Amino acid sequence: MDYFLSEEQQMIVDVARQITEERIIPQRAELDEKEEFPVDILKAIAQADLFGLYIPEEYGGFGGGSFDIVLALEEFGRGCVGIATAFAANALGAYPILISGSEELKQKYLPDIASGAKYAAFALTEANAGSDASGIQTTAVLDGDHWVLNGSKQWITNGGEANIYTVIAITDRAKGPRGATMFVVEDTDPGFSYGAKEKKLGIRASSTRELVFKDCRIPKDRVIGRVGTGFITVMRTLDLSRPGIASLGVGLGQAALDEAVRYAKQRVQFGKPIISFQAVQHMLADMAIQVEASRALVYATARNLDVNKSGVSKISSMCKVMATDMAMKVTTDAVQILAGYGYMREYPVEKMMRDAKILQIYEGTNQIQRNVIGQELNKEYINK
Amino acid sequence: MKIFVCVKQVPDAKDVRLDPKTNTLAREGVESIMNPYDRHALEEAVRLKEAHGGTVTVLSMGPPQAEATLREAVSCGADEMVLASDRAFAGADTWATTYTLSMAIRKLGGADLILCGKQAIDGDTAQVGPGLAERMNMPCITYVRKVVAVADGAIRVERMMDDGYDLVEAELPALLTVVKEINEPRIPSLKGKMKAKKQQLVMLSAADIEADPDQLGLKGSPTQVVRVFAPEMRGERAMIEGTVDEQVAALAARLEAIL
Repeated sequence: MDYFLSEEQQMIVDVARQITEERIIPQRAELDEKEEFPVDILKAIAQADLFGLYIPEEYGGFGGGSFDIVLALEEFGRGCVGIATAFAANALGAYPILISGSEELKQKYLPDIASGAKYAAFALTEANAGSDASGIQTTAVLDGDHWVLNGSKQWITNGGEANIYTVIAITDRAKGPRGATMFVVEDTDPGFSYGAKEKKLGIRASSTRELVFKDCRIPKDRVIGRVGTGFITVMRTLDLSRPGIASLGVGLGQAALDEAVRYAKQRVQFGKPIISFQAVQHMLADMAIQVEASRALVYATARNLDVNKSGVSKISSMCKVMATDMAMKVTTDAVQILAGYGYMREYPVEKMMRDAKILQIYEGTNQIQRNVIGQELNKEYINK
Repeated sequence: MKIFVCVKQVPDAKDVRLDPKTNTLAREGVESIMNPYDRHALEEAVRLKEAHGGTVTVLSMGPPQAEATLREAVSCGADEMVLASDRAFAGADTWATTYTLSMAIRKLGGADLILCGKQAIDGDTAQVGPGLAERMNMPCITYVRKVVAVADGAIRVERMMDDGYDLVEAELPALLTVVKEINEPRIPSLKGKMKAKKQQLVMLSAADIEADPDQLGLKGSPTQVVRVFAPEMRGERAMIEGTVDEQVAALAARLEAIL
């Protein structure tokens, strides 16, 4: 379908597509198998100026918005959600600085993130704080000119690879939701270390690790925004980042559909290509409908986010749920259509199915997204 | 350092056909790409510019649609693009092509270094690089797989050979033809694409380069293509089966019969 992209937007798609075709697709199976971080591919993405897509020009970026990054992520997601996640996690790590950071923090960190010279990561989740962010145990205490962090963060994407971490910690437990604050922690800060690299079902080219803070001292000016505004920054960050995850789902769904149609045209059973059987045709048709409908919602949401800065939680959650549930369904159906071959690692669809699952889990589970949507509906209809 | 990269627009090798009547390549409906070896030459030129300063000019002789290939080169880091395009250039063999390219480079003030791909994937002659060096009266180093150093008015390179490599040094100005082992060409950047969109194309005609009309195009080309054909499969093929001893015995018997 024609989405009437501008010339600039088409350029973003073309650049991301060339990286996907020439670098990501040829390497994805090996990086998945070896659970290897895609250093060279991220360098190629940086060289193509895509790390700075959503970062304003005054900080060395391209000055684009949500829709621009969604277009790039869809292409990368078509190639490999693991590699795409390693790239996308930089945006997630940078958004808190972009949304709430002081001018000094922006000037200090954003240019290096925009050029790809340094990688970023976002640290919210803990052993006892996932969907329920109020369970955060990590603390930060002011000591003279420094904040001292103690605690640990779990399952942090780009952990151990990133240089710049945006971390939420409790600064005043008595204040409840207004007692959390976000900080920038650098990989070289004293008292900061990593746990073991996790072994995962999918997105195995991305790195997932524990972050450990043991009397980790950071300068006072590393606070993002004001003390006590951590949760607000986190919510606004996730509003912005969810369409990106949704677009990974769109790309992945498209890739699975492409593989399934190609295979169904070639595979002959009972003397005919299996695409001539209605049972298969209907599966492919349903897959195509879901991919296109998800894409339309993700694009519309991203365009909205580029104009409206508030009141976007509902649509942001809606597109995340729809596109990632779609990706799980469509990749599962693609494996079904390729059947025995689909289950084998020689074909790419089993990896697609493994990679799809995380999209329903990270950046807020799809159950939590439905909570957000439900709560927003409740508010909207108060006076109706 | 003023670097020229000669690039050629070629039909995508995945989709090559011959026109049976004219014995030339059928270009209609075939996607055009930058000659893959030229992408490596361009990448090396951009890296040399990044390391040593200077400018990279891409030059092509070809029809107006070759502009797309030149714009692609700008999006990958070239500073200037020049298209030598004129009906008078049509039908040129490598002799006439090197004449045209050399006149264009002279017109543009000459070069400190000229980089070419080792050959084009359509004609496969590998003659334009060395021929151009001759016309420019420059040393030529072919099959370059690595630039080792550029210093004190000289360039030192590794030249790929079947059994290793030659370490060769030449005074500048010089011409190199490169193999694909030399580097991995970059993917066009976003800023590069935006620059390429706005970049002014310099067009040069036969009159612009003050060329002798007799040395241009078909007229200036001594090469005559008499016939182009796919070689026929010849010879009989036989499979010898059995144990190793039986196969050796059977083969020996056949050889004896021939001798």
